[in-house]
Amino acid sequence: MLQDKDRIFTNLYGAHSPGLEEAKKRGAWHLTREMLQQTPEWICDQIKASGLRGRGGAGFPTGLKWTFMPKEVRDRPHYLVVNADESEPGTCKDREIMRHDPHLLIEGCMVASYAMRAHACYVYLRGEYIAEREALEAAVKEAYEAGLIGKNNKNGWDFDLYVHHGAGAYICGEETALLESLEGKKGQPRLKPPFPANAGLYGCPTTVNNVESIAVAPTILRRGAEWFAGFGRPNNTGTKLFCVSGHVNKPCNVEEEMSITFRDLIETHCGGIRGGWDNLKAVIPGGSSVPMVPAEQIMDAYMDFDTLRDLRSGLGTAAVIVMDKSTDLIQAIARISYFYKHESCGQCTPCREGTGWMWRVLERMAKGQAEMADIDMLLDVAGQVEGHTICALGDAAAWPVQGLIRHFRHEIEDRINEYRAPKTVVRGATVAAE
Amino acid sequence: MADDLFKLNIDGKDIEVPRHYTLMQACEEAGAEIPRFCYHERLSVAGNCRMCLVQWKGAPKPIASCAQTVGDMRMNPDGTPPNILTSGDYVEKARNGVMEFLLINHPLDCPICDQGGECDLQDQAMAYGRSGSRYSLNKRAVENKNMGPLVKTIMTRCIQCTRCVRFAAEVAGVEELGMISRGEDAEITTYLEESLSSELSGNVIDLCPVGALTSKPYAYNARPWELRKTESIDIMDAMGAAIRVDAKGAGVMRIMPVVNEEVNEEWLSDKSRFIWDGLARQRLDRPYVREGGKLKPASWPEALKKTAEALKASGAKTGFIAGDLIEVEQARAALDLARSLDMVSTDCRPEGAGYGADGVREKYILNPTLMGAEEADALLLIGTNPRVEAAVWNARIRKAWLWNDLQVGLVGEPVDLTYGYDHLGTGPADLDGLLDGDSAFVKAFKNAKRPMVVVGEQALVGEQGEDVLNAALKIAQDAGAISEDWAGFGVLHNAAGRVGALDTGFVPGENGLDTKGMLEGGVDTLVLLGADEVDLSRVSQETTVIYVGSHGDRGASRADIVLPCAAYTEMEATYVNTEGRVQMTGKAVQPKGEAREGWAIFRALSEILEKPLSYDSADELREQIREHNPVFAGLGFAPGKGGHEALSKAAGGTKNLAGARPFEAPFEDFYLTNPIARASKTMAECSLMKRGLETPVAAE
Repeated sequence: MLQDKDRIFTNLYGAHSPGLEEAKKRGAWHLTREMLQQTPEWICDQIKASGLRGRGGAGFPTGLKWTFMPKEVRDRPHYLVVNADESEPGTCKDREIMRHDPHLLIEGCMVASYAMRAHACYVYLRGEYIAEREALEAAVKEAYEAGLIGKNNKNGWDFDLYVHHGAGAYICGEETALLESLEGKKGQPRLKPPFPANAGLYGCPTTVNNVESIAVAPTILRRGAEWFAGFGRPNNTGTKLFCVSGHVNKPCNVEEEMSITFRDLIETHCGGIRGGWDNLKAVIPGGSSVPMVPAEQIMDAYMDFDTLRDLRSGLGTAAVIVMDKSTDLIQAIARISYFYKHESCGQCTPCREGTGWMWRVLERMAKGQAEMADIDMLLDVAGQVEGHTICALGDAAAWPVQGLIRHFRHEIEDRINEYRAPKTVVRGATVAAE
Repeated sequence: MADDLFKLNIDGKDIEVPRHYTLMQACEEAGAEIPRFCYHERLSVAGNCRMCLVQWKGAPKPIASCAQTVGDMRMNPDGTPPNILTSGDYVEKARNGVMEFLLINHPLDCPICDQGGECDLQDQAMAYGRSGSRYSLNKRAVENKNMGPLVKTIMTRCIQCTRCVRFAAEVAGVEELGMISRGEDAEITTYLEESLSSELSGNVIDLCPVGALTSKPYAYNARPWELRKTESIDIMDAMGAAIRVDAKGAGVMRIMPVVNEEVNEEWLSDKSRFIWDGLARQRLDRPYVREGGKLKPASWPEALKKTAEALKASGAKTGFIAGDLIEVEQARAALDLARSLDMVSTDCRPEGAGYGADGVREKYILNPTLMGAEEADALLLIGTNPRVEAAVWNARIRKAWLWNDLQVGLVGEPVDLTYGYDHLGTGPADLDGLLDGDSAFVKAFKNAKRPMVVVGEQALVGEQGEDVLNAALKIAQDAGAISEDWAGFGVLHNAAGRVGALDTGFVPGENGLDTKGMLEGGVDTLVLLGADEVDLSRVSQETTVIYVGSHGDRGASRADIVLPCAAYTEMEATYVNTEGRVQMTGKAVQPKGEAREGWAIFRALSEILEKPLSYDSADELREQIREHNPVFAGLGFAPGKGGHEALSKAAGGTKNLAGARPFEAPFEDFYLTNPIARASKTMAECSLMKRGLETPVAAE
């Protein structure tokens, strides 16, 4: 279990003021100038050595990503874009950072921008995040006024930070759709290659990072890569914000060590599963887009990238959705499917047409109004969507469906059989409409 | 760099292609056929239909071949070239999946769809579709959009490939089409329920791979397999775009563009495409003779006899004016007849125009060629609006402006050309000392390797015309536009027949009157060869007017004798485009009623006048035409930079043009520039639309 002294987000619950003075007392903006006196390469090396993997879902090594940027600024400026379009159902970690620890994020933006030789950074904020925008903008204003950022600031690296408020579209959390939206266009993912590090925002070299990845960077530099790498298992290091929701006694956001077991996570922070461990049915361990894992497989599993990948799921954003035996899994996945159908941008064929199809079939399955053959057909359709689209939304829509059928096929079959079974007719009574 | 070759192994075949190729191009180079919907070689890559998926061995997912640049690909770990498979179970399954998705919400109403028989979706569904549908739910329906009188929309059929959106934004330069909403609710729309404000909007019909955007005038008229297809040349403007005339029975059913890289690429202007209903209306299908103030139907012998009498009576005081759409054969025959009767008043130019009389061809054609706009680095437009005078060429200029960084300057009316330009003035006065200016354009123009000067025909009309021509030529010479390998001076005509008639020598003979002189009463008999654009109200009532033409328009209504002749779709005829490119139309249908080919009318007339012309067939006539002027021997050929010698010799000069009237628009209404267009209901609707008037709702 992570000790309090090792927490990065010490104001995660908003017990203290998010303001600059208090943030400084908690460690923010400490030694920033000294960090910026190091070379950009040193910063990238430190982050690489810390083993930090991207916190936005894909888990790509952050330090490595930073080194993809050109080594020197040529005719085009470099940009850092922070993805604060946190829209994955179940995920609610970045908002707490922006509301309660915004200075860690701002400082991280500055350090990361320096590491990538960018003088400007954009934070693309989810449209629904009003309070978060106000908190972040207030903190940015404070930082400017204190001369921590801006032109000729105390830290010695000219740096501007802009907060851009999105309009509320899930797809704008996809990095290239985010860039399109930031440029004022319709948020639709771009074709890759070219990758943003080559041609990103306004065609300039750009790196898009998750809020959490950026916000932990200064603390890693302050306390050392070894310190961060000391948590978790190899290749899955550091501390991580977990967002636990669903059928636990105390749903919460918590910063924990990577590779904590699911059981420890729930027992320590969430007061256990509602109705006890025997009542656990399945867990979606990384936000709605990853496949669910049945209870017996997840109970003692490590909560990290590699373990969950081996369970054919993923850590994603570490938004743990716990479902007990009262859950109608088919209906749950149907609802998730509806979300992806609603949020598909409509640009490419498999996602545009496939998400709606999957949702409609699932809605019928939830009532049992389907054929047995429909199960295989649904799996087939999900396979036709997965991996055939421009961006990962197609995959995100297909995986939950695949997870459901992989582990709970029998429930769908039971539901269909139940619907088909002869109904008992009570003589003289009228069966009420559903 | 760009022409470095990259090795690939496609379907087991080793192949080397340039690095900038897309994987799709490479696969085609290797002989594989790749299905596609959204990809179009003249538009940007969208990569959204996902139909062109191929397998890259070692890659976790299938690759959209249209969006993958070959040069970006990695070698195999052992250093061998990447292995690509364009068929096989993996690829088939991926494409079958995409096809199934495309079809689940497609109405499959092929039996009532105009695209049927020439539909990409239909064709590819044959290869990749299932025999039955697994989708048992309700299909999506999408409301149709009003896109004006040309483009009919059945949006339920749309597969959201966005070709039309990209065409409008990139080629036509009007950002008026887009995709709104998202996911399965995504729709293509003009949003304001209006037609595109582009002269090229009809091209979205060809681009649409399904039946979502079809031709409104052609709706339910014919099936593609019933049509006789004749390759021909368009004469609605002086570009001479390559077209295909599709006919059923005696009627032209539609006109489609044909690829001609040098002229129209594969686009066609709306006027050229939708003119065809005008070929069936207001036609002169028999001769008429005016009796008692009214045109009465007459027989050919009767009409020809009357014509001969009129010509005999007026003798040397007979004038011939050739119209905008005149073909070379008719011009030659009419000229031969006139000269054999010692009639010297012949002209093919608009009233007040003086160009072309000195016989220096390079001074009245577009020497740099239409394609030259892509080679030039600075373009000066003088008194022209290419957007309406040569709409398809305007798209090429826009392309060069977008991709080649072509700098454009304009002296003339400041109109929206769909690309940015420096406005350097409005009239001839601004040509004086133009090169002394210090605007960004002038600097770029003077430093350009291949500067290009284009003068609009309209600028050459009127008293100042000659001076404008010389001043423009001088600018070109001074800016170094004329050199060994570049002839950067040209005239953009707006009538298809003009250059051909000039090449024939259809200008006043010695002491002959020009158009102005003839209209002002210098002649007793005036023969109009389809000349409807001249101001006939100035012809005195005593003058006998003989109209030879295809349509009952301004000329016919003033005429005393009407001799009907074939239109451009009804004969093989020679036209010379503004570049000096000699091209031939094809005969798609028979001439209407008793109409005859123009040259044959004059051949018949010569017989009655006892001065028989020395040819009995069109081929014999063409032989003489070629003998008379060798340029006609080079079919399909534009002289291009070959004109530099004559141009450098030509004496350009400056006169004080101060006080000259400013350049005017070439014509009032793009859609109504000739008798065929004025007979077309479709063009009339477009014209009303353009002028912001209500379009009468056509009865279904």
